[in-house]
Amino acid sequence: MPGRKDELVLIDGSRIIIEASVRAGAEIFVGYPITPANWLYLYATQRFPIILAAPDEITTLQWMAGLSAAGKTPVTATSFPGFALMKESINMAFMMELPMVIILAQRLGPSTGSATCGAQGDLLLLRGLISGGHPVPTLCISDLDDCWNLSASAVSIACKLRTPVVLLTSKEMVMTLRSFDLSDLSPIDPIQHRFYSGEAAYLPYADDQNRVPAFLPVGNNRHQVRLTSSTHDTRGLLQHSTDEAMANTRRLQEKIVGNLPDFTYYELDEMEGSDTLIFSYGISSAAAREAVRLLREKGIAVSLLIGKTLLPAPPEYFTILDKYERVIIAEENLSAQYCEILFGGRKPAGISTVGSIGKMITPRALVEEVAGA
Amino acid sequence: MRNEVPSECKLVCIPDEHEMFVKAGRPRRGCQGMKKSLISDCRLAEGRQGMSNQRLRVNANSFAFRMRPQGSSRPDDAKHRQGMSTKFLNTTGLPYCKGCGHHLIARNTAIALEKSGFAPLDTILVTDIGCHGIIDRCFNTHTVHGLHGRAAALGAGITLGLSDPKKKVVAFIGDGGATIGLQHLLEAARLNINMTVIIHNNMLYGMTGGQASGLTPCGFRTTITPEGNPVAGYDICALAHTAGAPHVRRIIGVGDFSEELTEAFKADGLSLVEVVEICPSYGAKLNPGTKLDTIIEASGQKIGLWQTGNKDAYSLQCRENLPSLFEKTPEIKVEFGSKLKRPFSIILSGSAGEGVQLASELLARAAISSGLRVTKKGSYPVTVGVGFSTAEIIISPRGIHFHGISEPDLVIITSKDGLRHNRKRIEAMKCGILFIDESLEPPETAAEVVSHNFRGMGPRNAAIFAVFFFARNSGLISISAMIKAIQDRGLAGKIPIEKMKKNLEGVV
Ligand code: SF4
Repeated sequence: MPGRKDELVLIDGSRIIIEASVRAGAEIFVGYPITPANWLYLYATQRFPIILAAPDEITTLQWMAGLSAAGKTPVTATSFPGFALMKESINMAFMMELPMVIILAQRLGPSTGSATCGAQGDLLLLRGLISGGHPVPTLCISDLDDCWNLSASAVSIACKLRTPVVLLTSKEMVMTLRSFDLSDLSPIDPIQHRFYSGEAAYLPYADDQNRVPAFLPVGNNRHQVRLTSSTHDTRGLLQHSTDEAMANTRRLQEKIVGNLPDFTYYELDEMEGSDTLIFSYGISSAAAREAVRLLREKGIAVSLLIGKTLLPAPPEYFTILDKYERVIIAEENLSAQYCEILFGGRKPAGISTVGSIGKMITPRALVEEVAGA
Repeated sequence: MRNEVPSECKLVCIPDEHEMFVKAGRPRRGCQGMKKSLISDCRLAEGRQGMSNQRLRVNANSFAFRMRPQGSSRPDDAKHRQGMSTKFLNTTGLPYCKGCGHHLIARNTAIALEKSGFAPLDTILVTDIGCHGIIDRCFNTHTVHGLHGRAAALGAGITLGLSDPKKKVVAFIGDGGATIGLQHLLEAARLNINMTVIIHNNMLYGMTGGQASGLTPCGFRTTITPEGNPVAGYDICALAHTAGAPHVRRIIGVGDFSEELTEAFKADGLSLVEVVEICPSYGAKLNPGTKLDTIIEASGQKIGLWQTGNKDAYSLQCRENLPSLFEKTPEIKVEFGSKLKRPFSIILSGSAGEGVQLASELLARAAISSGLRVTKKGSYPVTVGVGFSTAEIIISPRGIHFHGISEPDLVIITSKDGLRHNRKRIEAMKCGILFIDESLEPPETAAEVVSHNFRGMGPRNAAIFAVFFFARNSGLISISAMIKAIQDRGLAGKIPIEKMKKNLEGVV
């Protein structure tokens, strides 16, 4: 068969995510069981150089923060109930500027919801993750190629920007088997840690290049390192709302938003003459891709945007959306969460949403939304 | 003797100072004559309000709070100053209220770290939220100031990340932190993490207004229990020791306890020291005249040391060069063909434990080896061992974006559980085919119904046999491809392939 290469396998997203994370240089996985993230945990135990089984998700994140402070790059995988427990500690890691990756495999909520049912219901939670509204870089997987590429990017962004990164996925991506050609995957370069090597006293929160302070692990023999979760100055000393401390808190925001061009990932498939765009992300991308194929087969011009960097929302999305008379945003939730993140409580004219709970959005629903209009 | 409960607490406090206190600080209701007991601390804190700062001050260079006229100096002060660490602390002005027991913990920690032979950059001080937690700026060590109650977990992460016995992680927590972070203490103890946890137990939450914690003893008054705490506090030492910590000690936090801390710092594995002390701002005010040793005695808890010998500290196993997960994901060669021209969707459903997921995986592999693309989604209740087990498979000659199935081309039912789970879907079928075990009554459906004895191969083989039946019946996947998939999975000896083939001979 033309184009068909030789490394065909039957594989799930979990294996690809874990393999990519390790190849990107993450060396420790801290796990706590939760459906539907269990395959990630299982495969991590077979592949990560170091595995830790935490007794709960608060401990998971605290251990990860400690490991990260000591110069390691930890990864975990969870779902909403576990993620909710991690939230305060993610704030801590964000404030301390500790690299780590949290894989969030979404399931149906609210609360414990349905553990074995997929969903895309956690995006507003992620947008409000940090007290203060600072965005945590959030990448969202749309297919098995993304499992590879975005997992590696997540590790690299976490280290480059000294920040926790959320890798967002859902039950249907990590637990569904697919035929896949491994030879399509491009090689991953492991991250190179660049620790502070200066002679001058180390400032853990200096406003360095690109607003990212140089990193130096605690416990080193050269410089004292102070890390703190509370409002602090460049030395890592607790401060009330002093000018220096507020400048640091502002820098945290600018560090993520200002470096967004370095981690803006999306897929744009524009069709000449189309005035309609389907915009989707995550698991609903599959339905969006299929709907676009079906529509084009019928001779209906339609374009497709798959968002992969979700938070902060890249400005490019607005530029693309603005070009179309009609935009259909497809996401598997009730409340059109990404639409709300992009446009607030009031959708602009020309934008409609297709949602679903308890089952995936179907290509047919999108075809009807486009063609039925 | 370290293991004995002392009849009196050690207090670096000398009689003339007591006398001075008594004169200046007027005895309170319930106060007995000043003895060498912690009550002096309590009273001191209360007394300070009635005294000028000149007459009462915290002597930053000694191990206890003394009262003396300013400028007076005692010979033993010089001795204490000599023993005072400046290597670890960068100031004599610690950030606590006057008379707070935390002063002594910080100073004794500094001395003990030096006695233990650690350099400041060998030491990582991890602190919680709570009054004690604001000490980090005063230490010349690495400092990590985290969340309320999590220092033991954060410290454990650092210990594991460094994995260096020459480094010392010290976690400072309060009794409040020990309450909210109890799991972290027990886990650090269970794993025997190589670090030291020092619990500043002043029996209430000082920073937030004097509320009772999980370590507040019965009868102790706090701002939320003005009549006395109605329940007993945790015996945190007993808990930690039971959980596995090999070196646990409870001490009363007065005077020089640097020797006890030195022992803890030198111990292998998790050492935990609970320092019982008083918060002058709340504890002393609300419990006038109460002696710390009396409180502890009344609680039934012991001052002393719990030790377990020869227990290895937890060490991380680092497994270099593990094989890629892809190596364990066998490549499937395209060796067969298929006449399939469009995507074909199959739902295979039966009972848990009857090989439904395995059968569908084998079908998926056989399809790949036949040059097709495949998706396979499993669904089953959270209790994977009972009830239904359903697999949704799509096979297609071209790439598959969407792996959901709205209208299946084929539904295969091998058991009652499977039928129950799919009845509605079968009834809704407007076309397509239903394969159903002959023991089951097919629902009303527009699908073409084919009954066959799938369970005749035994319940565990019913699903696999049904897949063979599909292969034979549809001709979309060859039986050879199915057999190859079974062989590749190493299951050739476990599945009665010949029996199945024979049974299928008559099937067209
Ligand atoms: S409030 Fe209590 S615990 Fe806090 S510093 Fe003051 S005396 Fe110490």
